[in-house]
Parts: sequence; structure tokens; C-alpha cells
Amino acid sequence: MTEKLVIIGNGMAPGRMLEHLFEKVPGRYQVTIFNAEPRVNYDRIMLSPVLSGEKTYEEIVIHGDGWYIENGITLYKGHRIVAIDRDAKTVTSDHGVTESYDQLVIATGSLPFIIPVPGNDMRGVITYRDLDDVQAMLLAAQSREKAVVIGGGLLGLEAAAGLAGRGMDVTVLHVMPTLMDRQLDPAAGYLLQKELEGRGIKIICKGNTKAIVGDGKVEGVELDDGRVIPATLVVMAVGIRPSVALAREAGLAVNRGIVVDHGMQTSDGSIMALGECAEVDGMVYGLVAPLYEMARIAAAHLSGDRSAAFVHSDTPTKLKVTGIELYSLGDFADGDDREEIVLRDASAGVYKRLVLKGNRIIGTVLYGETSDGAWFNDLKKKGTDISEMRETLIFGQAYQGGSPLDPMAAVAALPDDAEICGCNGVCKGKITSTITAKGLTSLDEVRAHTKASASCGSCTGLVEKLMSVTLGDSYNPAAVQPMCGCTELGHDDVRRLIKAKHLKTIPAVMQELEWKTSCGCAKCRPALNYYLVCDWPDEYADDYQSRFINERVHANIQKDGTYSVVPRMWGGVTNANELRAIADVVDKFEIPLVKVTGGQRIDLLGIEKEDLPAVWADLGKAGFISGQAYAKGLRTVKTCVGSDWCRFGTQDSTGLGIRIEKFMWGSWTPAKLKMAVSGCPRNCAEATCKDVGVICVDSGFEIHFAGAAGLDIKGTEVLGLVKTEDEALEYIVALTQMYREQGRYLERIYKWAKRIGLDEIRRQIMTDHEKRRAYYDRFVFSQRFAQVDPWSERVSGKDKHEFMPMATVGYQDAAE
Amino acid sequence: MDMNWIAIGKLEDIPLRGARCVKTPQGKIAVFRTADNEVFAIEDHCPHKGGPLSQGIVHGAAVTCPLHNWVISLETGKALGADEGKVRTFPLEVRGEDIFMAYKQHLMAAE
Repeated sequence: MTEKLVIIGNGMAPGRMLEHLFEKVPGRYQVTIFNAEPRVNYDRIMLSPVLSGEKTYEEIVIHGDGWYIENGITLYKGHRIVAIDRDAKTVTSDHGVTESYDQLVIATGSLPFIIPVPGNDMRGVITYRDLDDVQAMLLAAQSREKAVVIGGGLLGLEAAAGLAGRGMDVTVLHVMPTLMDRQLDPAAGYLLQKELEGRGIKIICKGNTKAIVGDGKVEGVELDDGRVIPATLVVMAVGIRPSVALAREAGLAVNRGIVVDHGMQTSDGSIMALGECAEVDGMVYGLVAPLYEMARIAAAHLSGDRSAAFVHSDTPTKLKVTGIELYSLGDFADGDDREEIVLRDASAGVYKRLVLKGNRIIGTVLYGETSDGAWFNDLKKKGTDISEMRETLIFGQAYQGGSPLDPMAAVAALPDDAEICGCNGVCKGKITSTITAKGLTSLDEVRAHTKASASCGSCTGLVEKLMSVTLGDSYNPAAVQPMCGCTELGHDDVRRLIKAKHLKTIPAVMQELEWKTSCGCAKCRPALNYYLVCDWPDEYADDYQSRFINERVHANIQKDGTYSVVPRMWGGVTNANELRAIADVVDKFEIPLVKVTGGQRIDLLGIEKEDLPAVWADLGKAGFISGQAYAKGLRTVKTCVGSDWCRFGTQDSTGLGIRIEKFMWGSWTPAKLKMAVSGCPRNCAEATCKDVGVICVDSGFEIHFAGAAGLDIKGTEVLGLVKTEDEALEYIVALTQMYREQGRYLERIYKWAKRIGLDEIRRQIMTDHEKRRAYYDRFVFSQRFAQVDPWSERVSGKDKHEFMPMATVGYQDAAE
Repeated sequence: MDMNWIAIGKLEDIPLRGARCVKTPQGKIAVFRTADNEVFAIEDHCPHKGGPLSQGIVHGAAVTCPLHNWVISLETGKALGADEGKVRTFPLEVRGEDIFMAYKQHLMAAE
């Protein structure tokens, strides 16, 4: 007979418990879950990557709706349990649902700690705990205003880095003298602080919050010393407290957390507790590894194995901020009976410290270079006597036993019981044996079968190395997506090698880079042609046969094989003469459709290919040149009427737009480039969804970039504010050149920016004046060869063959 | 059945890795010249949605249709890869610099 298992809470711990349970005793329990959050089980550790934009919510879901259905689970989403009746063995939710249980599991997790200062309930004060908090932060970040994060621990710093990455001006307040003082020693805390400050995050240590000030809505945070830090968003990330109110009301034994024995049993024989709300041996836990261990123990007991017992073990800590390598484990306080080994490499930004007691490692702090973390952890766990290798210990595993091992050999040398994935407690032997037994070949499969690197993902590199060691050459990490089937190289490698080897023709690239096909394909040839045009503007002869038809005939092919023609209308401005010329062309060539485009110009559709040169000749007489509406290059610069006409306009947006377009037309870019200039923040030219946009304000020009309004919709990011039109032009040109030099063919600027990092782009364009100037100069140089109107060239006879049939046959009678 | 060899132009009229069209009453025929100086003639009408194959990018002995990237073999007229379809091919002969195409008017007209 099935028993009724009711679970309060739907976080990672009970989710994992159920996985174990369904594996051990399928069908034994009829499961009902009450989740206070209105959603399924997701990977809470990955909220920071969601905040920073590296992941989406969909990517961090652990159990989709289908999983609940498959396992016959009743999941009440958005139901908070308000009462447990231990006598009747029922629970009741805030929506009035009452459910009876044979076995109850409490997994209510924890609550963020709200520091008791005046103003802590104001609008704009949020915590960092669940997806709702992340969404609130993302919304607030759109303002790009100032934020204060209270708490310089793991969570606080991840929140700060995420918000800064989203364009907010962030200050971190930390009570202690150095950051992450629970996990890092002062030296590593200092390095971390320097790194974060270098990314534009302000950090105030020993900053004690006195009050949150504002009038109903947050305006700032006041410190003990009287300073007020202005902010429209305050994130409290000072710690968590086990959520125990429900258990306490039900009369269960509660200390800091809900007291459970080593089998996760509470003081009531029918009720278990696990996760952050549970307290074992006086300890409560917040990292995922011990919580997953609790899940394993709880599942064992629920399936009848009463011998399983939870044992405490230290868990390494890692910070999930892209580009910061940090690893901390165990006890690293100073002490008389302790020794330490320290390695500092200032130029590489590396700091390592091992704390030893009786020739055994008891604590490890690694900053900047953490690949030996697993090895040190293993030595610590086993209590290995390190006196033999003391001299070289700090240099890591690769330096033990004579000549240095390469990283792959180091992984191969790890013992089978070395822990690889700290979050899920997966050791090397489990991974390698599963790979072999199940014939796994991809990282995703290994994650699915072993859970290794499936939570925070920071051991992904190690797992991939293990796969290489186990599978040999048959494992291709495919870290780099090849450009196409003609090569193993990715776009970035090809671009780098073109420069490094001075490759200046497509055949040279294919020869030197060992192309697998004789003359490439329709994917790689246009890409190579672009890279060569961009890198050698004066030397490379554009290969028209490697261009897509639109760029070859300078018009847009339509579904019936006819073409459309869009003349340039600088900044979207035209006049009677131009319109008259267009009208005449339309009449003369019987053009079937005239359409106004989204980029403020006029599109003439349905023109036969043979007629194109004649159409261009007539348009050229009226002063028109090609609008390059077909190009992976500069398209339009949309404008509003600006200060000349508009009562709100702050600057001459039309003039600036025309100036930009006249300066930049003809340039090729990795993908199309659309711009706009709005004369005031009302933004009538819709500049904030363009590849590059300008919002004019009283004090100057706010330059935006990396917007999208196509397959993806994305608001722009702010590059920075400049004071004059000259500066605006220079910065935009430099940004464009940086994108031209680094972008992968067909990669729009927003995707490139995401890959490179907004901060890096801002640093190179806004603060590194030399670099910006160099980008600008290279663009100007390349324009000398690019600014040739392709229409007038063709009117004068270039590429005549393109527009005429080679022969006409069969129209006469067979008299010949 | 009539088989006419008709001179349609010279090799140099077609760009390397390019194509030109021959107009006929039954529609256009695309004449391709590959990187290896081979020439092929196929119907200028992609089996997928009728795209003008003569406007595509030529690579090896194949062309990628400009409309939806189908890849058509110039030798057989068949779609390559996962796509299925075929266009008509026409025999060509190169004599010196001149290209001749076999053009069967009756057959085409009858179809």
C-alpha cells in the first residue's frame, strides 16, 4: 500500500531527496509538495548567473513540470503551509488546502536576515534569496541608478557584481574589515576587493549601517559615521536564518534550526526535516553539498535503511562571479600550533595559503588560481602527512614527484576517491566508472547521470578533463564551435591567425589554415571575405564571388527573384527634388511597390535585375547613393527632429545623425549595424533598441549600444556620456571599429558585447584614450577604401556581366 | 529528337566561382564556372521555392540557393544534404574558349 509523503518546501534538498527515493523505492510513496514559491524546483545556486545575464531561468530549472507529472507528484505552487496538526497528521496551506500525511518532511529552507535598522521596510529594499528577488533587481537595474548592497559575503558580492554588470552604480557595505571574512583570510579578501573595485564596484568595509533613509521609497543608506550613500535600491545580503517558525508552532524541538538526529528525524517520529532549516549536531548549513548529503540520508531512511547517518564535512566555497577564481576550505585562522605556507604572485594576481597542523592540511585559501583546490581538499580529507612534499606543496599537484605534470596528467593522477564536484559530492571514480559503464560521450550526459558539475558548474573544467582522460581522443570537448564543416577552427582563431600569419587572400587562409574543402562553402567564404576586408582594407581585393547575392549586386533579392532598391536618405531627411526623382523612377520602370521602411527611407520593390543599373543611374542624377539596405554594414541612422524644431529637443539630433551617417556609410561590419539619434530622453527615434544609439541630454550625448529589436528584443546598454558632438562621433566610431575587429561574422553587436563583457568595452572606449584613438584612426583609414558608391560604379560599367544574360536562345524559329 | 549545340558565349564571360544566365522561352538556364574552370548548366530554379540559383554562392561543384540556402549539385542537379529535390541539367561542351549548350527545344516545349 502506498504511504502518503507530504513535503513542505520545493527547494533543491527535497528535490534531490525525491530523486533518490524514486530510484530506491519507486511507487512506495504518494508524494504531495507545497511550494510557497509559485514555480518548480530550480537551481538556486545559479541565481547569480541569471542576475548577470549569463543564464536564463529556463536554463536553471532542475525539475520541469513534466517531472512532477511523471512521478505522480501533486505540486501546490504558491501554497504556504500555515499549520501542522501533529495529532491529526495534517497540514493546511494559506489557500485552505488540507492534506493528511503518513510521513511529513519539512524543508522550509531559510529566510534572509533583515538587519533591524529604521527604514528597512521601505520600498526599494529587497533581499537576495529567490527568483522573485532576482527579477526585482533586474527591474531596478534598468534605471541604471545607484544601488547599495549590504553584506560583503558570498551572496552580497555576487549580487553586487550582477547589478554592476547590468549597469548600476553599486556600493557594497561590509561590517568587517575585509570581504568574505568567513571564507577568506584578510590577504585574499584584499585582493578580491581590489578586483571588484577595478570593475567599478565601490566597497566600504567596516561600514555599519545606521538607517535606510528615504520618504516611503529608498533614497540612501546612512552609516554610523554619518555618511549617506545615495541609492534607489538596497539589497540586504547579510546572511540567512533557518526558517523554523512553522516547526516551532507545531511544538517540534527547535534550536537555531529544527533539531534533527543523524537520520534527519525531528522530535516527532513522523516528521523529518532537511535542508537549510535543519540543525544537526548544533550545526546549520547553507551550502549545497551538505544539504544534498542530508537529502541522501533522508531518502535512505524513507526507503527503510535506518543505518544511514549524516556526517559533517567541510565544504569548499567558490564565488560565482565571472573572471574571479576563488577557493576556500576548512580552518585558516592563525594559531600557535599552526604553520602556514603562502605563495604570492602579484603580477598574476595569485595568492595561495595553506594552513597546516602537525604536517596535515587543515585549511586552504586559493585566489586567482584554484585548479589545485580538489587536490588540497583530498589531502586534507585524508589527513595525508605532507612533510615529504612540504617544499613544493604550495605549487600544487603538478609539481610533485619530479617533473611538472601537465593539467591532464594531474587529473589522471588524482585518486579515485578524490572529490571532483563539491556541490554533489561526486568523486573521480564515480564519474569515470559511469562514463565507461553507460558509454557517455557528452558533458550533458555526464551531468545527467552523475550530477557532477550540474549545480554551480565551477568544476566543469575538471569534469571535462576527466572525460578526456577516460575517453581519450574520442572525446572532443567542442569548446570551440568550428566556423563550418570546412575547418575545425572557430571564428576567433581564424581572425587571430589571419592577423598573425598575415594572410591576405581567401586561398591563402584556406591553404595555411588547412581548410578541408577546396574552395570553402557558403558559410565560411562570406565570413573570410569580411575578415580580410576588415583587417587589410588597403591590400585585400574584395572577392565578390564570396559575397551573398545582395552584397554582390547591391540590392535586396526578393522571393520572386526581383530586387528592391533603397537609396540613402541621410538621417531620414529628404526634399521635393529627391521625392520627385523617386516618383519619376517609379513611373519609368513601372515599379510595383513603394514602401516606407522602418529606418526612415523609401524602398522600391519588384525591380528586374537587368533594370537595376538604369534605375540607379536615374536615382544617381538626383544625388542618391546606395542605402546599403542589403549590407552587413552600416544601414541607417534614424533621427528625430531635435532642437531645430522640437520643443523638447536638447541637441541637434538630426544634424548629428546625418553627420554620423555621412562619416560611417560604406563601412562593412560583422552583421548589420543600425543606429539612431534621439534629441531628448523621450526617445522618438527609438535609439534604445538599436545597435548603437544616442540619447541627447542637456549636458551632452549619452551613447548607447548593444540593443536589439529583431529575433531578440533587448534594450541598449549605456556606453557613457560625452559632452560634445565631436566626442560622440569619435566614441561611436571607435566602438564600431572595436566591434568590426572582434565580432564574428553575422554576430550582432549585442551578442558580441555579451561575449566580450560590457565593462571591458567601456574600459577600452570610455577610459583608455589611446586605445579609443587607435580604433578611431583605423576606422578612418579603412573608410578611404570603403566609401565608394557601389551604384555609381556599376552605372559606369563595373560588373556589367552581373546584370545581363549571357545569351538568349530558342526565341527564333529553328530556321538555322 | 533534335539536339542542337548552341554557342552561348566564352568561358571568360563567366566569373570564376560565378554564374551567368541564358534566357530561353522556357525560363532561365544558369551556367556556372567553378574554381577548377569546369562549367555546368542547370535550370535557374531551385526545387525548393524557385529561387534563382544563378545568384547563389558557388563552392566546389555546388551552389547555395540565395533564398533559403539549399545546396544543389551542379553535376547532378540534385539537392545535397538532407534536402530532396532536383533541377534539370543541360550538357555543355567547351571548345577552346567557346561554350556550347545542348538545347532540346522540342523536349522542353513538350513537357
